[in-house]
Amino acid sequence: MADIDEIDTSNLAYGRTDWDDYHHLPTNTGLTNEKVTMWAFLGSDCLLFGALISTYLLCRNRFGPDTKGPTAADLFDIPFTSVSSFVLLMSSLTMVLAVTSIQRAEMERCKLWLLTTAALGSVFIAGQVYEFTSFYREGLGYTTNISSSAFYTLTGFHGVHVSLGIIMLVTMWVLVSRGNLGPERAETIEIIGLYWHFVDIVWIVIFAVVYLIP
Amino acid sequence: MDTATASEEETHDEHHDHGLSDVGYIKIALILGVLTAVEVATYFFDFGIVEVPSLLILMVVKFQIVVSYFMHLKFDSKVFSYLFLTGLILAMAVFAAMGTSMVFWQDPTGCDASSFC
Repeated sequence: MADIDEIDTSNLAYGRTDWDDYHHLPTNTGLTNEKVTMWAFLGSDCLLFGALISTYLLCRNRFGPDTKGPTAADLFDIPFTSVSSFVLLMSSLTMVLAVTSIQRAEMERCKLWLLTTAALGSVFIAGQVYEFTSFYREGLGYTTNISSSAFYTLTGFHGVHVSLGIIMLVTMWVLVSRGNLGPERAETIEIIGLYWHFVDIVWIVIFAVVYLIP
Repeated sequence: MDTATASEEETHDEHHDHGLSDVGYIKIALILGVLTAVEVATYFFDFGIVEVPSLLILMVVKFQIVVSYFMHLKFDSKVFSYLFLTGLILAMAVFAAMGTSMVFWQDPTGCDASSFC
């Protein structure tokens, strides 16, 4: 580990506004704090979705006192949801291509892949809105029964995560387009990518456990 | 350039060098697409008693592929793996704890804790 007196402090980010000169502080592990923080956040988010999926599995066939109506499982449109799942899966590919593009300093290609990822995410969200709307028209509201509450809470939280991811992707696209985010800060895109892939793996679990397993 | 900065940059370069090529990522995506197609096939065809185990295995394999290759966990520092696995294990513990409520927490009157009656 370097002596603190030997560290060149001229490039540290404190008080600087020139993004091109941004450098990370050296850390004991050699890992950047931002990336460690994102992984810690993803680990904690596993707990959130673990609890929501557990709750759904516990409540999937339960109605509660004085309530009735269909369950979400009665109304699933598996072919439609399969297409949505495939779209989200492919968005992980475009995301990783955006990361490799910026690492190679191919900024135009990076912008294209970022925008494609955001577009695929939007298609997924549009599909979820359509699914929720059709379920509601079939008589499955949020408070119809315990099963429906658990279903909407689980898939709704996932939808919020995807929506936040889209906002982050569009923000990255704007930063790259304005030249405020270059190859020297490729890790920023990589960290956003980690979040996006996490949203994808959560859906892999939800699609199998909630939709496909009878 | 001082030692600490040089060491940090070497670490970064090492991480980037060990990823896959674009073609490699496309191949991974194709494998994921095929696995998803197999999953969906279980809805249209009767797989009998192997249906649920097959779906669970496919889910775990897809999860593992995305985490290892797209999220670079296979090539990155073990610290990230430990952070993520901690959350994952705790999440499974939550699932197991809730699962036990359906088996053990029975009310003598016939109304068990998990039935919300």
